[in-house]
Amino acid sequence: MAEDISPVLSVKDLKVVFSTRKGEVHAVNTINFDLNSGELLGVVGESGSGKSVTMMSLLGLLPSPPARINGGTVSFEGKDLLKVNPKEIRKIRGGEIGFIFQDPMTSLNPVFSVGFQIMEPLKKHMGLTGRKAQDRALELLDLVGIPDPKKRFKDYPHQFSGGMRQRVMIAIALACDPKLLIADEPTTALDVTIQAQILELVRDLRKKLGMAIIWITHDLGVIAGIATRVIVMYAGQIVEQANVEELFANPQHPYTKALIGTIPAVRGERAKRLNSIRGQAPTTLREPHFCSFHPRCDFAFDKCTSINPQLIEQRKNHLVACHLFEDKGVTVG
Amino acid sequence: MADHQPENEPLVEVRDLKVYFPVLAGVLRRKVGEVKAVDKVSLDIMQGETLGLVGESGCGKTTAGRAILRLNDITDGTVKIKGKYIHKSSLKEIRKIRPTMQMIFQDPQESLNPRMTVSAIISEPLTEHQNLSKKEREERVFDLMDSVGLNRDFATRYPHEFSGGQRQRIGIARALALNPELIVCDEPIAALDVSIQAQVVNLLEDLQEERNLTYLFISHDLGMVRHIATRVAVMYLGQIVEIGKSESLYSSPLHPYTEALLSAVPEADPEIERTRKAIVLSGDVPSPANPPEGCNFCNRCPKAFDICHKVEPTLTEIEPGRFVSCHLYNG
Repeated sequence: MAEDISPVLSVKDLKVVFSTRKGEVHAVNTINFDLNSGELLGVVGESGSGKSVTMMSLLGLLPSPPARINGGTVSFEGKDLLKVNPKEIRKIRGGEIGFIFQDPMTSLNPVFSVGFQIMEPLKKHMGLTGRKAQDRALELLDLVGIPDPKKRFKDYPHQFSGGMRQRVMIAIALACDPKLLIADEPTTALDVTIQAQILELVRDLRKKLGMAIIWITHDLGVIAGIATRVIVMYAGQIVEQANVEELFANPQHPYTKALIGTIPAVRGERAKRLNSIRGQAPTTLREPHFCSFHPRCDFAFDKCTSINPQLIEQRKNHLVACHLFEDKGVTVG
Repeated sequence: MADHQPENEPLVEVRDLKVYFPVLAGVLRRKVGEVKAVDKVSLDIMQGETLGLVGESGCGKTTAGRAILRLNDITDGTVKIKGKYIHKSSLKEIRKIRPTMQMIFQDPQESLNPRMTVSAIISEPLTEHQNLSKKEREERVFDLMDSVGLNRDFATRYPHEFSGGQRQRIGIARALALNPELIVCDEPIAALDVSIQAQVVNLLEDLQEERNLTYLFISHDLGMVRHIATRVAVMYLGQIVEIGKSESLYSSPLHPYTEALLSAVPEADPEIERTRKAIVLSGDVPSPANPPEGCNFCNRCPKAFDICHKVEPTLTEIEPGRFVSCHLYNG
């Protein structure tokens, strides 16, 4: 990826808070990242780490209240997505930015045929009508590998299996040739053999269509196979960011290291005992002035409890937010 | 099935277990067919081992696990636990054996009563099955909380005050209350975060060592099963397609389904991922109400030949302790 090309999407200092009875939860706390064209950015983190909230906030999909965007900018195609009016953002959603959600059953409308639902964005965003819309929809069904598209066009979502439904979702997301595709845990609800089919399809589509993709998941295995660059999130912040090879070969942040270490392999050596991370993820009821990971970190020292570490470039294109690395040359364990 | 260690009597012996659910239709709710959720499953679980039961959703692994504990009605077949046949026992008799066989459920949120305190949840089996004084019971609850790593101060709290991992610990403590020998763990870590999964699995391993427990570990997480299980049984569409020692099954899968399943698991290592060739199976799992003729896997199998579409293969021992149900190995 050439670095002089301006990024497709650029997120700066994004903050999202949720008002709850217990106070304001800082779900996303000062997130910064760029996405270049053709890139597949993997976002990993555990539940509650803010990965979905970040992506939903980009497109004004968060219910407000309780959610509130507390600052930051999101530039996409020369516009700040956080400032455009609802009418404009509706044009972008499903048009220039496509979406795939986790559960293909709940994200498809059960009372409309699959064909109708694929034609919907084509009519709304591209102004296609009648025959033209139908032809394009059939083309899309074929593209995502649904056998016999003509026959399946009039079928309803319940007549499709989980994997096929996810293919339909992908067809809808791709309908208007988006520049950016956001996929939120798209294979989590699927069985591994079906997941393999979908991953294969996405790799294929990326080669053919070349859009940028943000892929949110908790599954490091999926990320290792599909992403070009990875962001690791913890408690609403990015703790590490690097190219996929670099991240898995040289994880720097103690959290990333521990996370990679907890996964039992299916191939190669079998670990005698699994590494676990003690304790549990915190709730972010106040804006942290400390490292959110310090109660679970084996390397924490006094600074970690008083100053929130910044994301700093440690090696080329490898950013880490950890006090251990402020004096360069220190490596963990 | 011949035992691989003849001197060791299995704790659980399941033979030709069938669990069929009727398909009802029409105004009269007449039976028009049946869903063969579990079809002719035979397996042994040895004392002190962990048998992993893997397969995709809908393959019948949970139903099989529940049927072994008699939580589902058994259509046909035999289940022997500790030398005693229980597949026909009355519920009264089953109740007497229940303390030796317990279950840990997938979703700790739904399997704990939200209106009961932790101590009430853990002591419920004790009140039901044992005559203990209040003091003894309390002591026992505290012991159990210690052994699963729950703070004693939490005894009076309610389930909603705990995180998923802690709730699963409550469920484990409840399962341990009556000193069982067999615990069926039904996807015990599926609802938990990655970092918490390892905590719970390590706890299960520690408890097994301390108390000489036998586990039937039902999961779709193939990496975790490889880690925890001594032997592994692979299910597809209600039937066991392969059983073997964990290491040999993972290193050299014999059944084409096992092979495809294992090849589809992504590894958290980009180096491996770049060269990994997943065997991508075409199509979806057929409905267990209408399985294909011959081998259940024949319509998706990359290696299927004529006989596979006609004759159903049987589970045969092809190496000591290694059973495969496939025509490729039956000749």
